[in-house]
Formats: sequence, structure tokens, C-alpha cells
Amino acid sequence: MANLQLNNIRKSFGAVEVIKGVSLEVESGEFMVFVGPSGCGKSTLLRLVAGLEDITSGELTFDGQVVNALTPSKRGIAMVFQSYALYPHMTVYENMAFGMTLEKGHSKEEIRQRVERAADMLQIRQYLDRLPKQLSGGQRQRVAIGRAITRDPRVFLFDEPLSNLDAALRVATRIEIAKLHESMHNTTMIYVTHDQVEAMTLADRICVLRDGIVEQVGTPMELYERPDSMFVAGFIGSPKMNFMSGKLAETFNAPTVGVRGEHMVVKPSDGVWTGTVIHSENLGSDSYIYVDIGADEPVVVREEGGKKHQSGEKVNLAPLEGRVHRFDNAGKPIR
Amino acid sequence: MTASLAWSYTKKVGFYLLVAVIIVVSVFPFYYAILTSFKSGTDLFRITYWPTSFSWANYTAVMTQGSFPRNLLNSVFVATVTVLLALFLAITASFALSRVRFRGRSLLLMTILAVSMFPQIAVLAGLFEVIRALGIYNTPWALIFSYTIFTLPFTVWVLTTFMRDLPIEIEEAAIVDGATPWVIITRVFMPLMWPALVTTGLLAFIGAWNEFLFALTFTSSNQTRTVPVAIALLSGGTQYEIPWGNIMAASVIVTVPLVVLVLIFQRKIVSGLTAGGVKG
Repeated sequence: MANLQLNNIRKSFGAVEVIKGVSLEVESGEFMVFVGPSGCGKSTLLRLVAGLEDITSGELTFDGQVVNALTPSKRGIAMVFQSYALYPHMTVYENMAFGMTLEKGHSKEEIRQRVERAADMLQIRQYLDRLPKQLSGGQRQRVAIGRAITRDPRVFLFDEPLSNLDAALRVATRIEIAKLHESMHNTTMIYVTHDQVEAMTLADRICVLRDGIVEQVGTPMELYERPDSMFVAGFIGSPKMNFMSGKLAETFNAPTVGVRGEHMVVKPSDGVWTGTVIHSENLGSDSYIYVDIGADEPVVVREEGGKKHQSGEKVNLAPLEGRVHRFDNAGKPIR
Repeated sequence: MTASLAWSYTKKVGFYLLVAVIIVVSVFPFYYAILTSFKSGTDLFRITYWPTSFSWANYTAVMTQGSFPRNLLNSVFVATVTVLLALFLAITASFALSRVRFRGRSLLLMTILAVSMFPQIAVLAGLFEVIRALGIYNTPWALIFSYTIFTLPFTVWVLTTFMRDLPIEIEEAAIVDGATPWVIITRVFMPLMWPALVTTGLLAFIGAWNEFLFALTFTSSNQTRTVPVAIALLSGGTQYEIPWGNIMAASVIVTVPLVVLVLIFQRKIVSGLTAGGVKG
């Protein structure tokens, strides 16, 4: 429901500046994902938005109102933590109702209705009387999400909510969060993760952060197709984009070129690069082959179907037409 | 084969023998006090290890003559108020010391610990002057005041350590839910800290209950004394008679509340400690 505006936000811990001037607009009802390697400041930025840390300089507005000095509850945010952070001594119901009982002016009946509606959304109604320790990890995380829903926030914040879950549950909960966003489509959501798959699948827009500055903001497809830097190109997409520089990039008239594994093909003859297969991984639906062409790292090529190439085999590689990303010496794209 | 069997028997017997010795050494004095408290007249001076006669005479004497009931109430009052006051101050202090970042925090923490280095006797004279100046000499408040001072360092340290180990996210979740520091302390942290509160509270209670030196110095009338002093000052009919029966009866009466308290709370302590060890 809220439109967020970050104006040149900075944050220092002592002499160390962690957030170095971030300006960003998050539109009302948007699902924004902050993504970046560990230590890039994405969690700190989320905590600044939440109000759990003080903003050193810059201005943060919700719907045009400056909220720098407001407490988290006054800002109308709700937050889901990585470690669930449920109150261990309260039942699921009490956990979800706690925020509302602290606010004045809610009747018992109103609280009950809100808690039950949130519980129904997440299918945790049968656990309302249990204590957190009687629930599994996935159920606990759903309770944490339910607690946030109950507060009926203007802005919904997620701090790496799936990191503590195992792989299968992570996918299931990811889908659940995507559905939640659909059903609460006018609530603004900000989601922090270091996992680019979560970022790609959940986001309306992704904000890639690096060392406390915004590297690029855009829709998942924009970031995938038109990365604004080598960093974003390497960070978004799996497997990682292959970079070739120096002599290997000469044909393309650029210091460095990048080609994604899925845009690289093995040719019977006259490829752009030739090399030896050093390893191959078969995933069933497709396979990754690692080819040493004399670059710093082996080039990864994704091929449809099962394993076709053996280690030690010589192969010719070429990029698909129009799928070559060219970068200058500063890591910026040449278009 | 038989040699190893014999050795394992010896070990077992040795172990239980040791246990028996420890139990006898620690429990026998109390047992003998109970035994003596039920004797009367010259029976008191005959050494027996099993009950031979049974009489409540000593108990009725202690509870009806002199000011012992009053002293008992004083003790209950002083110890209870000390515990409540110390826990209140310690919880709020430990919240600040464990969760609020401020300059000189660790120095303050070390200073608090340093306070507990001073032996009672070293501060006795100074404290006496303070208490006189405050005008609380010969009142229960003198004792509450001095006991709280001596209990706080330990209580603050234990609670600070315990609170520091509580996950910071739980506090942040509460902040997001709109909780003030006071609400966080009372409704989120205190329920999680029961084991620590019970343990420190119990130790503070026992300390205040048993304390002798301050109680002797800061009170002067029978009406304001606490039981340890009252028992020490129990006197018989003449200067040459020590009323052993009464002293033993009083000792038993004084010990019972502590035993009861520990029995009530030991469950809580044990269950709390194990529950705290599991990731919540």
C-alpha cells in the first residue's frame, strides 16, 4: 500500500560505511528483491527500511512522509526473520496476536478474526494452540509469516526467510510466498536474499547491491538480458556467465565478452573457441560440460539432454547470435 | 575373569561408601538438630542417635516466649523484599548492559563485579554511617538496603550473561511488533529467563535469610532482629544455661522454609535449564 522512496541513504557503523548512498524507489504493491553477495549491505539496507537501525544520512519516505525517526511499528512494517524469531513461550496464536494486543483499540474478537484469517491463508489453523518448539522448521517459518500478515502492514519485509529451510521446503515456501504476494497484491514487499534463483522467481523488480551501492535495478528479465555491468552479468543466472578476455575476445572487438552457458553451442567445426572437456555433469534434463579454452576459469556449456561429451574430448564452441555481452575495461557494457 | 569381577565390585562398593560418607557428613548435623529439638529436660544431654522421646515443648517455647515469631516475620519480610528489589534492579540493569550500546559499558560491568570483591567486614563501618545518615538504622530497611547491595553484583552478572544469550532477533521481532523496552523485558524476556530468575532469586533469598553480621550490626532491638541473630542471642533461664532445645527447635524452623523453597523450585530450575539448551 505504500510507495517507498530512498534518497541517498547512507549508514556507517563507527568509521565503516556500509551503505554508501542508495537511492531507490519501490512502487506501491511491488515485490522488490535486494540481492547481492554476503557483505554487500542488503540486510543492513532492509534493517534501515524496517527502522531497526538508524539511518546515518539521507531520507526515507513512505508515501511521501519522512519516516527516518519513526519506530518500526509506527512505520507500519512487518518483518519475517531468517531465524523465525518466534516467541518461544507463546503459542502460535499468541505469537500472531502479540503485535495487535500491544496496539490499542483492537477488540478480542477483531484480533481473533485477523489471526484466524492469516492462519487460514497459510494453512496453520490446526497449530494455533501449539508452541513453536512443537513445530517443524517450515511450519515455524509459516507462523512467522502469519505473524507478519496479522499486523496488516503497509510494507512487508523478508530477511532471507528461506535460508534455514532444506531444499525441498525452500521451493515449497517460495511458491507460497509468491502466492501470498498475489493475494496481498497491494502490499509492498521487500525481500532480501543472496540466492539469485529466489530473486529471479519472486521479484517484480530486482535491486542488485554490491559493497553498499546499487549496481542495477530492473525486472528479472532486464537483468538477465541487459546487465549493466560484469558484476550483475556474473551474479544473475545459473550457471554463472562465462567471461573471456584478451585474445579470446578479440573477434568481438571488446576487452571482455560474456556468454551464458545456455547460449553457448558445441559445433562440429569452425567454432570461435576450441578447448578440451575437463569435466561434465549430467542433470538428466540437461548436462553441463566444463571446457578449458585457456581462460582463467573453465567455460561452462549447457546442453539439452544427457551426457554427450567425454572428458578429454576436443570441442569447438560458438555463442548464439546476439547473445554475446561485450564489456569494456571498467566492466561496463558496450552496446 | 574373577579378578576383574572382584575389582568391579570393589569399585562399586567404594563408590557407594563414598556417597554414604558424604550424605552422613552433610545431613547428620541437621538430623541431630531435629532429634535434639524433640527432646526435653535432661534428655537433651544424653547422646542418642534414634528418637527416644517425643515432645513439642521446645517448639511451643520458642514460638510463644520472647520475640522469635516476630523475628521470623522480619526475616521473611527482609528476604522477600531484598529478592524482589534485587531482581527488579538486576533485570532492568542487565537489559541495558546486555542490549543497549553505550560508552563505558564493559567498564561498568567490571566495576559491578569489583564491588563483590570487598569483604563484608571491610565496608561494615562505612555502611553503618550511611545507614545512620539515611535514618534507617534499626529498621528492616537497613538490612534490605545492605543485602541488596551485596546481592546485586552477582545477580546482575548472571542475568546479563543470560540475557546476552537470548537471540537478538526475538527482541527485534518484538520491536517490530511495537513493543517498548518495558514490554520486551516483562512479556518477552522474563518468561524466557525463569530459570535464571529462580536461581538468582533463590540464592539472594538464602543469602539474605542466613546473613548474620549486618543483621547483628544494623539492628539493636529484639523487635527488628532477624532469625540468625535472634537464635544466637537466645538465652536460658540463667546466665549459665544454654537453651539447646530451643536453639535446635528454632534452627529447624528456620531451615524448613529454605528446604521447601528449593523443593518447589528445583523442578523449575531443572526443566528450565534443559529447555533453554534446545534451539527455540
